[in-house]
Amino acid sequence: MSKSLPQSSILRVIGASSLGTLIEWYDFYIFGSLATIIGSQLFPEDAGASALINTLAIFAAGFIVRPFGALVFGRLGDLIGRKHTFLLTLVLMGGSTFLIGLIPSYKSIGYAAPILVLILRLVQGLALGGEYGGAATYVAEHAPSGKRGFFTSWIQTTATLGLFLSLGVIVISKNMIGSGAFADWGWRIPFLLSILLVGVSVYIRLRMHESPLFSKLKAEGKVAANPLKESFSKKTNFKMVLLALFGATMGQGVIWYTGQFYAQSFLENTCKLDFNVSRYILLWAIAFATPFFVVFGALSDRFGRKWIMLLGMLGGILLYRPIYQQFLDDTDVTTVSNSQVLEVSEPQTEIKPLGNSQQSLRMRKQVYHLASGMTYLKTETDTLKGGQSISAAQAVSYSDKTLPDGVFWKFVGLITLQVLFVTMVYGPIAAFLVELFPTRIRYTSMSLPYHIGNGVFGGLVPFIATLIASFPGATPLSGLWYPIGIAALSFVIGAVYLNNRQEENVND
Amino acid sequence: MNQLKKLLGLVWMALGPAAIIFLAGQAYEKTSLAAEGSERTNTALQWGIILFIFIPICAGLVIFGYYAVKGAYDRLPADSGEAS
Repeated sequence: MSKSLPQSSILRVIGASSLGTLIEWYDFYIFGSLATIIGSQLFPEDAGASALINTLAIFAAGFIVRPFGALVFGRLGDLIGRKHTFLLTLVLMGGSTFLIGLIPSYKSIGYAAPILVLILRLVQGLALGGEYGGAATYVAEHAPSGKRGFFTSWIQTTATLGLFLSLGVIVISKNMIGSGAFADWGWRIPFLLSILLVGVSVYIRLRMHESPLFSKLKAEGKVAANPLKESFSKKTNFKMVLLALFGATMGQGVIWYTGQFYAQSFLENTCKLDFNVSRYILLWAIAFATPFFVVFGALSDRFGRKWIMLLGMLGGILLYRPIYQQFLDDTDVTTVSNSQVLEVSEPQTEIKPLGNSQQSLRMRKQVYHLASGMTYLKTETDTLKGGQSISAAQAVSYSDKTLPDGVFWKFVGLITLQVLFVTMVYGPIAAFLVELFPTRIRYTSMSLPYHIGNGVFGGLVPFIATLIASFPGATPLSGLWYPIGIAALSFVIGAVYLNNRQEENVND
Repeated sequence: MNQLKKLLGLVWMALGPAAIIFLAGQAYEKTSLAAEGSERTNTALQWGIILFIFIPICAGLVIFGYYAVKGAYDRLPADSGEAS
């Protein structure tokens, strides 16, 4: 459609839609990127691993309600129009993000803190559930036929760029105010900053016009009376919703969240890389790979959407385990011999009382510098009672690892490869979904499979993978069976049931 | 290919209930293994969330399989208008 639209108008449509969506993703991901710090702020200090798991649960809750947001706002978008609906989602998202930045810590208000954050996180999830489908539909309904994959792929870059922006703001804030202040209060900065970004985006979106296809439908009086009923009670449409979910978005979701979220979580929490190093690696990888969203979006206009998406899934299925094994091997310092150590810092001893008991924890910390260029912090911990150690053996842990240049860039390359898989599955998917459903129920129909695939299957990757890896007998790589299994199932369904068609005209 | 679609439909129909049974078994086992108190509550909550979310999705997989067995995917719509 819209062959008559001038190039500048189309660029404005893409720019305004993408900016708002990017900011929504930014809002959504700062929570995930700061999960560890937020866990320590919202839960009792001695909660340990359960604080992280609970925070991930809150994080996951934001994902789980995304399909409900898709239903609520998708319905609105098919009833009152795309423009006003995704303006509303933007305001809801920005407001809730800003408020998260204002919530007092557990020390100040107790369990009210995690409860309030959970409520705001649910609002964020609902808003995001309504945003993406609106933006993708809006751009697709402006795009000329034969270029729908290319134009909508710009919307597809926003999720990754939102993550990039969130990581960038976090790293810059932390470097400016220092680690201690950042963990104490500085983590609020990225949340509070959101209000400015949303203000700019709301201003831009207010100046946009309604989608031409929806306007035409409205003028002709053909707007769906009950989009939910039409989407899910008619077998002809519902079967396509199920196919989109199981044959595409389910696999796409786990590939996205493994490559860009679980990877960083794995480097930080399993490989014990330094906070900044794990984020720098991801930032570089995203910077290198992001242009490929547009490349694969454009290629899907030429070769079809199906096989590009499925090849991205196959890449993850075959290569995740070797990639993550490499991460483990290259950060393993348990076998370091004395001859490899260049320098060891003077030991620093910390003693922490254990609650109200007579016992305390003694931690002896030393920084090791290896000849290879790697550094790490070795912590030996034992329990004291009356000043005497009562531990059978000292617990030794290694953390805050930094990498030699060669290994750092190798890790950047391995994450870039994972993000390339993401660009293959994610670049063409907006065009793929738009072409499956008719205009009158498009917003509702495409939003639901997208958000179940991404919000539920994808969003739960860090949570479920961490849970699986904590099972008795599990190895650090056990968590990968979840994304590999889901992607393999989606690959088989997609390969057998999807066709490779591209639709010339979505004006129906 | 249509025969394969139908045969795999039976697999999807079986996979849905199998996944629910597996998840419910895991939920019971992990919750029982957790220490009493807040750890058990946390574990039960986490598995409760997982079951709440995945049971409807497994039901969707069964419906998908049923449609496949009935030949609903033998010929996909030629354009999005046909899907309405």
